[in-house]
Amino acid sequence: MQVKSMFFKQSASMKLQDPVLQESLRKFKGKFVEARARAVAEVDAWEAVRAHAAQLRDRTIANLDAYLVEFERNATRRGAQVHWAETAEEACAIVAEIARANNVKKVTKSKSMVSEEVNLNDKLEAAGIQVIETDLGEYILQLAHEPPSHIVAPAVHKSKEEVADLFHAAHHKPRLTDIAAMTREAREALREHFLTADMGVSGSNFVIAETGTTLTVTNEGNADLVTTVPRIHCVITGIEKVIPTLEDFATLIRLLPRSATGQAIANYLTLTTGVRAPGETDGPEQMHIVLVDAGRSKFLGGEMQEMLRCIRCGACMNHCPVYQNVGGHAYGWVYPGPMGSVLTPTYVGIENAGDLPNAATFCGECAVVCPVKIPLPDLMRKLREKQFDMKLRPWSERAGITLWSYAARRPKLYAALTKMAARVASWMGGREKLIHRLPGLDGWTSGRDMPAPEGKTFREMYGESQRREALSTDKHG
Amino acid sequence: MKVGLFVTCLVDLVRPRIGFATLKLLRDAGCEVVVPEAQTCCGQPGYNSGAREASIDLARKVLAEFRDCDYIVAPSGSCSGQVKVHYVQDLFRDSPERAEFERLAAKWYELSDFLINVLKVADVPGRYGETVTYHDSCAGLRELDVKMQPRYLLQMAGASVAEMPDCEKCCGFGGTFSVKLGDISTRMAENKCASVRASGAKTLVGGDLGCLLNLEGRLRREGDLTTRVMHFAEVLAGEGTS
Repeated sequence: MQVKSMFFKQSASMKLQDPVLQESLRKFKGKFVEARARAVAEVDAWEAVRAHAAQLRDRTIANLDAYLVEFERNATRRGAQVHWAETAEEACAIVAEIARANNVKKVTKSKSMVSEEVNLNDKLEAAGIQVIETDLGEYILQLAHEPPSHIVAPAVHKSKEEVADLFHAAHHKPRLTDIAAMTREAREALREHFLTADMGVSGSNFVIAETGTTLTVTNEGNADLVTTVPRIHCVITGIEKVIPTLEDFATLIRLLPRSATGQAIANYLTLTTGVRAPGETDGPEQMHIVLVDAGRSKFLGGEMQEMLRCIRCGACMNHCPVYQNVGGHAYGWVYPGPMGSVLTPTYVGIENAGDLPNAATFCGECAVVCPVKIPLPDLMRKLREKQFDMKLRPWSERAGITLWSYAARRPKLYAALTKMAARVASWMGGREKLIHRLPGLDGWTSGRDMPAPEGKTFREMYGESQRREALSTDKHG
Repeated sequence: MKVGLFVTCLVDLVRPRIGFATLKLLRDAGCEVVVPEAQTCCGQPGYNSGAREASIDLARKVLAEFRDCDYIVAPSGSCSGQVKVHYVQDLFRDSPERAEFERLAAKWYELSDFLINVLKVADVPGRYGETVTYHDSCAGLRELDVKMQPRYLLQMAGASVAEMPDCEKCCGFGGTFSVKLGDISTRMAENKCASVRASGAKTLVGGDLGCLLNLEGRLRREGDLTTRVMHFAEVLAGEGTS
C-alpha cells in the first residue's frame, strides 16, 4: 500500500466533508466501544490479565531472536518451511517464488495486514496469479480497489448501497440490498474459489514457539478453508507475533476478541501446525511461513519498543475521537488510529509520516483501552520530540513553541508579554468579547470564536490587590 | 497549612476570575494561600509539542517556586497531570532529581480533588440553583481520577447535574492540536456541543479552561450566545450566582 500519510491533514479535512463516510462512521460509532465495555466487565480481574499480558509480550520481545529460532525449529519439525524476509520486497518475492515453483494459478487469502503492508496482491497479480480475498470486508474492498480503513472491520467506511453496487457489478446478478442476502451471494461467489485455489495465503495473529503453530482468529470461518483446502498454505506474518507457549495464547485470547469486537471469544480460532501427515486426509501438502521484518526490528532496543507488544485488536482506533471522525483512510497507510500514528512513522520513516504523531489530543482513551498497556500517547510524544529535533515541523510552529518556552522561563519578560497580549486580545474581542479571527491561530478560529481575555492578567490584578492590602494595613496599622 | 496556588497560564492570561475564585475557595476553607509571583507555566505546551529540554527547565522552575508549600493546588486537571504524572514518570524518571519531583507530585492537587479529598469540605460559598452539565476533561479524568469530585461540589452549591451523552469524550482542544489540526478539532467540539444541548442544561461546567474556551468558542460560532460556560471554581465561589 502506498504511503500517503504526509497528507493526513488535507485528507482528514476531506473525510470530514464526505457525507457517505460520515454516515458510515456515525453508524459504526460506539458499536465496538459499547460491546468491548460489556465484554470487559465480564472478566474478573481484567486489569490483572492485562498486566500479565503486557509483561508476557515484553518478555517475549526481549528474547525475540530465541523464540523465533525455537518457532522455526518446531515448525520445521512438523514439515513447514520457514522463510525470513527482511524487507517488504523480499517477502513478496518469497511468496511469488513459492507460487511460481508450484505452478500456482489462483490464491485465496484470509485477511493479513502484513500482506497489505508489503503489497503482496499487486506482486502476485503482476506474476499472472489470480488473488481472491475471502474475508467479506476484504472481498468488498478488493472489488472496490480500495485499501482497508480499519484493521478489524476493513470496509467499515462503505455504505450498504455502495456494497450493493459493487456486488451487482461483480456478480452479474440482480442488485440486492438485504444484508443477509448480499452475504449469501458473496458466500456463493467465494465458494468456487475456495475449492479451486492452488494456494491459500493467511496472516497469523500469533505464532507459537513451543509447537511451531500459526493461528488465525476470525469470525467467518474462511481462514479454515484458506489454510486447509488448497495444496499449499502460505502464512505471512510479522516477526513480533511470536509467543512462547500455548498457555500464553490462552491469556492473550482472553483479551483479543474482547478488545477488538467485544466478543468473549471469536467464532473461529484456526490453529495450523505443519503439513498433512502421512495417512491424514486434511491439510496442505506444503506449508510455508514467511516471517517478515520490514521495519519491525527498528523498534527493538529503542524508545518505541513497547509498540511491539501490539496484538492488532484495533481498540485504540475504535475509541480514538480523531479516528471516529475521520476514518482510517485519512491516516494514509495500513494502520490507522493511534497505533498507526506510532507504527507508520517508525516503519516508513518519520519524514514520511507528516502530521501522524500530532493527530491526537492526548486524551488518553487509547492507552486506557489497550489490552497490552501500550502507552500510545507517550510514544507519539517521543515521535513529536524527534520531529521537533529534526526540524520536521513547520517553522512557525517551532518558533511559536520556542518563543513561548523562552519567555516562560523569564518571568519579567513573560509578565510584560502576557500583559500586552491580554490587552490586545481583549480589545480585539470588542463588545461581543469574541475574537472571530486570530492571525497565527487560524486553525482555531476557522471553526470557533475565541472568547476574549478579560484584559488584565491574574498576576497584574493579584499584584495590585496585594499592594492595596499592604497600603490599607499601613494606614490602619 | 500553607497552600501554593498554581494559577495556570491560561487562567492568568484569559480568565483571571477563575484564579480569584480558586483563591476564595481555598481561603474560605481556612488555607493560608501563597501565590508565587514568578510562576508562569507548567511546560505542557512545549512538552506535548516535542520541546523536551525547555519543558525540563520549566519543571525545575515550578519545583523551585513551590518547594516550601505543604500543598499546591491548580484549577486544572491538565496542568496537574503534567506535574503529578509526566514530570515524575517521564521528564525526571531516570534523573537524580526524581525524588524531589515525587515529593512535589505528592503535594500537588487538582482543585476539586483537593477540596473533596484533602480539605473534605462539606459546603461551598457559592449558590447556583440551576441545572448544569459537566464535561470531564481528559487529563483530570484519566490521569488523576477526577470524576465525582466536581459533581459532588456542584451539588453542594445547589446545582443539579444533568449528564450529557459522551461526557467523557474529548472536546478536541488538546492544546496545540486545536491549532495544528483545526478542522478535526472543530468537529470534535461540534460533537460535544451537540451533547451539551442534548443534556438540556443551560450551563456547561468544566475543570479545565482550555476545554471551556474551546467549547464556548464553538457554541458562539454556532450562534448559541446564551449557554453559560463556567469553570466549577466560579460556580462554587459564587461568581455565577443567578
